[in-house]
Amino acid sequence: MSLLIVNILDGLVTGLLLFMLCSGLTLIFSMMGVLNFAHASFYMLGAYFAYQISLITGFWLGLIVAPIAVGVIGALIERYGLRRVHKYGHVPELIFTFGLALLIEEVVQFFWGRSQLPYNIPEALDFAAFSIAGNSFPAYKVFMIFIAVGIFITLLYILTKTRIGMTIQAALSYPETVQNLGHNVPLVFMGVFGVGTAMAGLAGVIAGPILGTFPGMAVLLGSIVFVTIVIGGLGSLWGALVASLLIGWIQTFAATYNVRMEDILTSVGFTKPEPVWDSAWQDLWTLTLPQIGPILPYLLMVIVLVFRPQGLFGKRES
Amino acid sequence: MKSIKKLVLSTAIAALTAGAAYAENIKIAFIDPLSGPFAATGTNGLKQFEYAADALVNDKGGILDGVKFEVVGYDNKISPKESLIQLQVAIDQGARFVVQGNSSGVANALTDAINKHNRRNPDSQVLFLNYAAVDPALTNDKCNFWHFRFDANADIKMDALTDAIAKNEAIKKIYVIGQDYSFGKAVAAAAVSMLSAKRPDIEIVGNELHPIGKVKDFTPYARKIVSSGADAVITGNWGSDMLGLGKAVIENGFEGPIYTYYAAGSGITAAFGEAGKGSIRLISEGQINPPASDEAKALYDGFLARFPDGNIDMPRIFNTVGMLAAAMEKAGTSTDAVAIATALEGMTFPGYFGGELRMRAEDHQLIQDMHIGMHTNEGVDYTYDSSDYGILVESTIKNASADIATTCKMKRP
Repeated sequence: MSLLIVNILDGLVTGLLLFMLCSGLTLIFSMMGVLNFAHASFYMLGAYFAYQISLITGFWLGLIVAPIAVGVIGALIERYGLRRVHKYGHVPELIFTFGLALLIEEVVQFFWGRSQLPYNIPEALDFAAFSIAGNSFPAYKVFMIFIAVGIFITLLYILTKTRIGMTIQAALSYPETVQNLGHNVPLVFMGVFGVGTAMAGLAGVIAGPILGTFPGMAVLLGSIVFVTIVIGGLGSLWGALVASLLIGWIQTFAATYNVRMEDILTSVGFTKPEPVWDSAWQDLWTLTLPQIGPILPYLLMVIVLVFRPQGLFGKRES
Repeated sequence: MKSIKKLVLSTAIAALTAGAAYAENIKIAFIDPLSGPFAATGTNGLKQFEYAADALVNDKGGILDGVKFEVVGYDNKISPKESLIQLQVAIDQGARFVVQGNSSGVANALTDAINKHNRRNPDSQVLFLNYAAVDPALTNDKCNFWHFRFDANADIKMDALTDAIAKNEAIKKIYVIGQDYSFGKAVAAAAVSMLSAKRPDIEIVGNELHPIGKVKDFTPYARKIVSSGADAVITGNWGSDMLGLGKAVIENGFEGPIYTYYAAGSGITAAFGEAGKGSIRLISEGQINPPASDEAKALYDGFLARFPDGNIDMPRIFNTVGMLAAAMEKAGTSTDAVAIATALEGMTFPGYFGGELRMRAEDHQLIQDMHIGMHTNEGVDYTYDSSDYGILVESTIKNASADIATTCKMKRP
């Protein structure tokens, strides 16, 4: 029981972290129709920038400056890169962001090397907030939860209650009409791209110390981010939140509980072949839930696509 | 016109004479990843080989009347297929000594290829000096006359590790976790069989494999380890899987020792920092802290002078170079592979970082002292990753597993 509570909290942290990445991507995707392959690379840039700043001034300034720097870079890339490629259609845009991801990875390796970086939790948060049956819950993770929830509320407020939000929402569905009404849609695009990448950067800043800061960190999260926004529904902030939490919990519980294929198969009446390593079905019989945990989100995506192609909270039929 | 001809001629002569002087160098082909995700490990190994060749041989005027070592890096991208191509390139360029270490998969491919090559080309036989691939098969079923291993194999390391665990009465429950592939499975199997033989009272409270390089967050695994009530953890993880697992386990309240194979260097020591102090234990050969001798100190100082950001995290590289040079001296030749290999068999050698080394003739496995080190910032003379932390030797097993059984049936030419 106590392990269950701890797992729910851990899954919440993983899910909220994923949400910070997905919220930016889902807005960019629905607005420009382009899958930004480099989105996770901005997450990596955030962690590296924050590490570099933390060497000079400590963690807290990095928390503010690094996401802004990443956002500015993102906006410049949209203005002078993506916008020029835009007129050639979606495929060149896709290739552009794909190349960008490779480029960012190489640049990061060029400046910071290929090793793990010693980017650590700030001392002020380096203690256990509370513990449940011997499992301590780090204060840093409580801090992560607050940051992510704060971001969600802020975004929700801006998108639904402010004029800028209205314009963005309108530009999502009818960009031409909004432009005809006198709004500067390219500027809106640039702003959304900048804010979206800044949020990815912020996710990197706070995830770097616990998930590790190394050149492979973008690749590790890259694909799961797309899965999340497809499950949640494109352009939906609520969808991104629900899908992120769902995936966070699925992954946490799958890694925790050792459900074995052997038990399932014997309970439905099959007998285990002996010795199992001579059997053609060896791989099936020795399978455990933690082993297949990483593919469960993809399975969920397939199921969602079959039964609800627009995603859990998606509005558009396309 | 005339002057141009003269220039061409003189350049050609210069090139020829330079080539002749060059030919006296012994080329050592370093076939390991120099690009891609494992480049940090490969590059660091190459640095240590380059420095070892200079410090132990070249700066002392070479061996056998001035023959010098030249280490040449060949990037195999950690792929067995690419390694075989690079092996051919290296042999064509005149290398007769191959050193490799990262991935036993690559080592298995290389040892087969070199065995074949030597049978077919008696004029250009090649020796394979393996400095880090620890799959026990290489000195058992798959052993051959041309392969020599200078690192302790996975079974020897686990034997030493379980010796240390067996002495610690406080340990009653152990959790074994590793990456889901051949090496992770070998570590788990050795841990379970050796622990049950040495300390039947120890309970294995967990034995699991996780997907290699796919786990984003190790927190759920850490929760399981803490909830199982384990007193100690054994893992063969390396790279980001090692750091991720170690950090998650420590952050979530585990206080016992974490016994590892590869939790040092390549940024891992710096990244663990204060958190890993008192938890992370490392089984390895070669004693860095406290320095084994003044000679070891001088070697490390010289290395740091040349590569200020580098680590000597593979002391066996120095032993590899030193023993090769000694074998050449003993055989009186720097080209005859059979004579040099015969000289290496059974050779005893004082290790540069402590201990007495012996190359077992029956399987070409080096027998040496093994050390259990602790990740700490107290009493370390030589730190890793330019941080304040390093590995301090806690206990030593002399001539570890000197009589370990082997299935090798060596065929000598």
